[in-house]
Amino acid sequence: MADLSKLETRTIGGGESGFVTTKFEALLGWARKYSLFQYPFATACCGMEFFSTASPRYDIARFGAEAPRFSPRQSDVLWVVGTISQRQAPVLRRVYEQMTEPKWVIAFGTCASCGGFYDNYATVPGIDKIIPVDVFIPGCPPRPEAVLDGLMLLQDKIGRCDRTPETVKNTLLPEGADEALEKLYQIRMKP
Amino acid sequence: MSKLILERLKAQFGADVLEVSSFRGDDVALVKPARWVDVARFVHDDPRCACTYFVDLSAVDLCDPRFQDLDMDDRFEVYVIAYSVEHKHRVRIKTRVSGDEPRLASVIPVWSGANWMEREVFDMYGVHFEGHPDQRRILTYDEFKGHPLRKDYPANRAQPLVEYREGTFNKLGPFLQDEGMPLNRSAAPDERN
Repeated sequence: MADLSKLETRTIGGGESGFVTTKFEALLGWARKYSLFQYPFATACCGMEFFSTASPRYDIARFGAEAPRFSPRQSDVLWVVGTISQRQAPVLRRVYEQMTEPKWVIAFGTCASCGGFYDNYATVPGIDKIIPVDVFIPGCPPRPEAVLDGLMLLQDKIGRCDRTPETVKNTLLPEGADEALEKLYQIRMKP
Repeated sequence: MSKLILERLKAQFGADVLEVSSFRGDDVALVKPARWVDVARFVHDDPRCACTYFVDLSAVDLCDPRFQDLDMDDRFEVYVIAYSVEHKHRVRIKTRVSGDEPRLASVIPVWSGANWMEREVFDMYGVHFEGHPDQRRILTYDEFKGHPLRKDYPANRAQPLVEYREGTFNKLGPFLQDEGMPLNRSAAPDERN
């Protein structure tokens, strides 16, 4: 994980023009995060929400991510949209391997994130068992707002050069809900 | 109305039709596996049945391994549903087979639409259809061992084609650690059978 303090960008005033100092990595991340070419690997009902997010009402183009590329070699982000069965897993793995660096992966929806309710012989229990994932978007399916949250989270992570997996937070959770959930978890995990 | 089919079946096959029942418009006949294709042919060809439209073919594993032996008699119940467009009636014909590699004659000569359905039953239950032109797995992959819808197939056994990555896959974010399914993300090995 990159050290955030090293990525600090400073603007120094000087004369009429002024200049900016930054890390090359940070500059690159800043440039990359607003032109993400996507590979939609849509396999199930979540695909509908993905189309909805991409179409004008929610307009993914506002984030510089309007260009779907149906060749993995030309894309930066792999959207895994929907259930991945064990039989599809080699295909997904191969698509991921064909993408050129730098590449990011978004697990769209509960099935892609953890297998969802498909707890059986047929389904991959979360695509991170096969390929590394940057952002998980929970939901069955997630609303377009959650998808945009996921995309913005990914952009934020690219800007920070951070590759640790993160999950889109439930924005409807009230203040203090995280602590309450943690407490509940502690109680329930007691033998 | 389609009790007519059951009556005709009983008249035609006598004791080979083991059991008939009707419930709210569902008419079911249980026949001996030896007469499986004959019955299908009769239901298809007989002008008063004329069930030319093939609806479905599938199976049920009737064994409950908690109480019964896996080599119980009549373990797998294979059924076919056929519909008559002409007479607008429907019938379900069932038969029962048993053993580790149960065998049954294919009804593809009667309804060619049965091809993929029989492949599915073979894939999920391991029932072999004699005379099937292409008896391969259809939903799972060739590397798959066993038949997943048999009651003795462990509910938590997956057979991944791609080796899983190393590392921990605990739940992230809003999920609690013990929420969801045991196969998916639990840190502890699954105890369920």
